[in-house]
Amino acid sequence: MTDIDTETRTITYREAMREAIRVALLDDDRVFLMGEDVGRYGGCYAVSKGLLEEFGPDRIRDTPLSEAAFVGAGIGAALGGMRPIVEVMTVNFSLLALDQIVNTAALYLHMSGGQFNIPLVIRMATGAGRQVAAQHSHSLEGWYGHIPGLKVVTPATVEDARWMLPTALADPDPVIIFEHAGLYNTEGTLPELGAPVDLETARIRRRGSDISLVTYGGSLPKAMAAAEELARDGISAEVLDLRSLRPIDTAALLSTVASTHRVVIIDEGWKTAGFSAEISARIAEEAIWELDAPISRICSEEVPIPYPRHLEEAALPQVNEIVAAARELIGG
Amino acid sequence: MGDTHQLDLLRGMLRIRRFEERCAQLYQAEKIRGFLHLYIGEEAVAVGVMGALEPGDAVVATYREHGHALARGLDPGAVMAEMYGKQQGCSGGRGGSMHLFDAATRFYGGNAIVGGGLPVAVGLALADRLSGRRGVTAVFFGEGAVAEGEFHEAMNLAALWDLPVLFCCENNLYAMGTALDRSESQTRLTLKAASYEMPAWDVDGMDVLAVEEAAQKAVESVRAGGGPHFLELRTYRFRAHSMFDPELYRSRDEVEDWRNRDPLESFKERLVADGGLDDDTWAAMEAEVAAEVDDAVAFAEAGTWEPEEELTRFVYSEARI
Repeated sequence: MTDIDTETRTITYREAMREAIRVALLDDDRVFLMGEDVGRYGGCYAVSKGLLEEFGPDRIRDTPLSEAAFVGAGIGAALGGMRPIVEVMTVNFSLLALDQIVNTAALYLHMSGGQFNIPLVIRMATGAGRQVAAQHSHSLEGWYGHIPGLKVVTPATVEDARWMLPTALADPDPVIIFEHAGLYNTEGTLPELGAPVDLETARIRRRGSDISLVTYGGSLPKAMAAAEELARDGISAEVLDLRSLRPIDTAALLSTVASTHRVVIIDEGWKTAGFSAEISARIAEEAIWELDAPISRICSEEVPIPYPRHLEEAALPQVNEIVAAARELIGG
Repeated sequence: MGDTHQLDLLRGMLRIRRFEERCAQLYQAEKIRGFLHLYIGEEAVAVGVMGALEPGDAVVATYREHGHALARGLDPGAVMAEMYGKQQGCSGGRGGSMHLFDAATRFYGGNAIVGGGLPVAVGLALADRLSGRRGVTAVFFGEGAVAEGEFHEAMNLAALWDLPVLFCCENNLYAMGTALDRSESQTRLTLKAASYEMPAWDVDGMDVLAVEEAAQKAVESVRAGGGPHFLELRTYRFRAHSMFDPELYRSRDEVEDWRNRDPLESFKERLVADGGLDDDTWAAMEAEVAAEVDDAVAFAEAGTWEPEEELTRFVYSEARI
């Protein structure tokens, strides 16, 4: 199956992200990386390992534990002509910077009548699954998706990890990149010569005709595994990776629903007032007559994420639950 | 410092005073709606500090920023039109009184979250540093902001990275209705700045010359690479916090005591006593400012409403940069 004309390489999600940052730093003097432990420590998830040595402390800038100050400083630096990449260690700590993200980054363009755009990229890890307990396991990207003025993307593949960043840096407005911590060690193949990808459209990661599994970010591998298992039962599942939580690619969503007539939404966030509710509502508003079965959602249990492994697994969406939900919708 | 300069300072304060007195009337007339926070009594601070800045410097202000905007050189008509919500306003009408913005004068708001402007100022200064520009970023905030975490985080970051920020704390003694000694365990604000190894001076904010002198000294030092500086400008708000404030938290006597130190009146009297101002010059200045305010109101009145079809503009940029 090897295509001799296409050189590919195997790379981890972490390496892809590091390469994206490194190339951005090489390409544009205005780009710099700033955040907690991005420099000497090498990044909490080792994404920025080695970059301090290559680019120096002005461009790989360790910050104090001051999320509001350094996110705000990223906003100011962007206003001042720079192209900052601000790393907030995890979404959990981003709550300490909510004022800057929601009240400043998202609003300045509007409040200034279009005068002051903020070309800022904020990266943060998100998600659960590593037994780090309730305060380190939030999946709050849906919250950010609620805010007009922000763009919110969730790279789930090595290609998106490598190629969303240059598009985000070229964007005139704030972009938040959510990197599910469970993805950093995943591997994939990249063409030697890749190209930037868009931040707006969903992608079909697996074609299918019987049911649609709609997901994003850290739940994509689970959806893919579920589709594989369903295929063994003769059920053809289509997997739609939303990629962006704002804007939402409604056309792609409606298209997969129109083609399979059954949908399971997989989201590591909670159901109540969550992102999966928005996806459900869009389907209900615009494609309810396409449905042959109720919409099904596989989300986290409505409980803070517990520490013990068996309880954490029980709280999070799992492959067997997705498979069971799909079978039920099909009536199998 | 010649007479002309002193008359400019006086005119700058008078312009803010008369502009805002008109704003209050226009609020009663329901031309201006929402929140309106008047700066009357604090004019010496904005006028004194802005005079020390250069055109390429950046300014970050608060929601009580009409004075900062006018002193920075924003067009009074565009400011008034903004308060009306007209599309000819300095923020296209989208911001209103609390969100005055102007790219031409590097005026970055108009921030209505107390303390929220400080980290942004740190970032503007960081951009100047990384780009090799010799700019200074002046950020204004009230003493109420000192209780916010963002104040401390921003002060620390600016000092840690030695950034060219001038922190201008306008201490008017009340955070809305909460007196400083009811909200701070340590009311000597310069000590807080000193704890970040930052030069910090307290200044009589009712004396425009004292403000200007301190600001010039501080800006010079900041621009020369002396790192961030902190000015505590002791001033007083003569009017209510906003148009909704019944002022239950302070006594009439206290307000009267401060009114006796009116920065505009006291500076005017000083110039008269020194022979730098006579009745004719004052009358001409009043007439000139009155005409400017009339023109601003006329400009706002003649302004147009943004078509409703444009409602969803300015959420994302319309052109790539």
